[in-house]
Amino acid sequence: MKNQTSTIVAARTKRRRNSAITDTFQLLILGSGLIWLVLRGAAEMNYVWQWHRVPQYIYKVIDGELIFGPLIDGLLVTLEIGAYSIVLGLVIGLITAFLRLSDSYSGRLLATIYLELVRNTPLLIQLFVFYFVLGPIFEIDRFWVAVLCISFFEGSFAAEIIRGGILSVPKGQVEAGASLGLSRAATYRYITLPQALPIILPPLAGILVNLIKHSAIVSVIAVFDLTTSGLDIISETFMAFEIWITVASMYLVITISLSIVISRFERYMKRSTLAG
Amino acid sequence: MEQMISLKHVFKYFGEFRALNDVSLEVAAGERVVVCGPSGSGKSTMIRCINRLEEHDDGEIWVSGNQLTEDVKKLTEIRKDVGMVFQQFNLFPHLSVVDNLTLAPMKARGLSKSDATELAMTYLNRVHIPEQAAKYPGQLSGGQQQRVAIARSLCMQPKIMLFDEPTSALDPEMIKEVLDVMIELAEDGMTMIVVTHEMGFAKKAANKVVFMDQGEVVESAPTEQFFSQPESDRTKLFLSQILTH
Ligand SMILES: Nc1ncnc2c1ncn2[C@@H]1O[C@H](COP(=O)(O)OP(=O)(O)O)[C@@H](O)[C@H]1O
Ligand SMILES: [Mg+2]
Repeated sequence: MKNQTSTIVAARTKRRRNSAITDTFQLLILGSGLIWLVLRGAAEMNYVWQWHRVPQYIYKVIDGELIFGPLIDGLLVTLEIGAYSIVLGLVIGLITAFLRLSDSYSGRLLATIYLELVRNTPLLIQLFVFYFVLGPIFEIDRFWVAVLCISFFEGSFAAEIIRGGILSVPKGQVEAGASLGLSRAATYRYITLPQALPIILPPLAGILVNLIKHSAIVSVIAVFDLTTSGLDIISETFMAFEIWITVASMYLVITISLSIVISRFERYMKRSTLAG
Repeated sequence: MEQMISLKHVFKYFGEFRALNDVSLEVAAGERVVVCGPSGSGKSTMIRCINRLEEHDDGEIWVSGNQLTEDVKKLTEIRKDVGMVFQQFNLFPHLSVVDNLTLAPMKARGLSKSDATELAMTYLNRVHIPEQAAKYPGQLSGGQQQRVAIARSLCMQPKIMLFDEPTSALDPEMIKEVLDVMIELAEDGMTMIVVTHEMGFAKKAANKVVFMDQGEVVESAPTEQFFSQPESDRTKLFLSQILTH
């Protein structure tokens, strides 16, 4: 059994490696094409590239000491928002999922209203409601307004992923647990969740990537995240091309690293479910 | 004799549809009852009401001296006394065979891991597959899985065992190994209600056979009498269909 599994895995990796060469080749052609287009466009509008001025906004070395520039400061705020929001968003998602699955009518209603509101209004408007309405009422500062807004937004996706995962466990499993005299909590803990988790975790991890991207919107309420830093620098220096390309690359580095970690983790989960 | 299970004028509705219509049934300690009847006649619904996987709408159900009511705390206690074996086995696919067996003894009865494992091995021996303890359900044949499911129920040391078509999902060559285990269980004096169309099993192991149709108990008689002189025409028709089948 184990042998067979490793052969399958080996076969898969081999196929992937073969096509990786062609993939790289195609990407190179595509990439150079894109770069050529941008450069030609810039040349036509007489854009003066000033890449040498960009690094100081990332970092400076003064008296042998490394000092972060505004872009790194902004990135850290983006990551901070991301870290708080993923935790809060998961909690919101978990509670909402359980409310939707509960026997309580008012619980289900509350969860449904929340989901419909978040799903059917633009994120930008949600942010304004948090910032201009809830912020002043509850005296929340703009950083936490940002965290709350993003959490409630991503929480709605988390809720549906968690609910779907729990529902994907066949009803007979819960019935078997109940018929053995296990309490509802024990049935959840030992039977439902362990089977739902491998289904829930990969898409849930994907939310983390979305969250980093969606968090750029907090720049409209002047939270000093990566996007706001970029805007500020451009308004002083007019280096729109260089800074936006740099900012986009920084988002890319974060989201791609996250994706790699996640797919590693996914493969690990898959292997551990295959093994048992 | 002490009544283990007693259904008195039980009604069950799914919306407007009446799945159980004035069902009454008495099962004494150590008695084995086979329930048969056409598909959709309410057999599953009836035995699922006995461990309250379905809630009945009217009438009374008593299980080893306790009436089944809303009382949740009591319900888990009652369920520990009532084992159930499902048509689709419903083994826990993420747990090894031995973990399937030890889960409820540990988490519902509070046994230590070593005591629970010992218990598990005892019952795996009784269903003749101790060598499969470390495997996962997906690695076993259907017949083996169903025997694990029986052992899993027995690990809670129930007073009553309910079987809902335990061999219907099995390939023909595996039916016997499961029925043999059930016959041994019957010989040991377990109180059993078995929904099945295996009339050979009924003749060998049952004291009483119940025939259901359209949510009603049409006929209920000692095994011998049920097969030799059935009263109702519906029973006769059903028997002729199933025995020539
Ligand atoms: N959860 C349910 N919801 C609606 N109808 C149901 C449900 N369970 C069973 N029924 C209906 O009740 C009747 C009896 O079902 P069941 O007890 O499963 O019959 P049997 O086990 O004898 O084949 C069937 O007509 C079935 O469609
Ligand atoms: Mg049935």
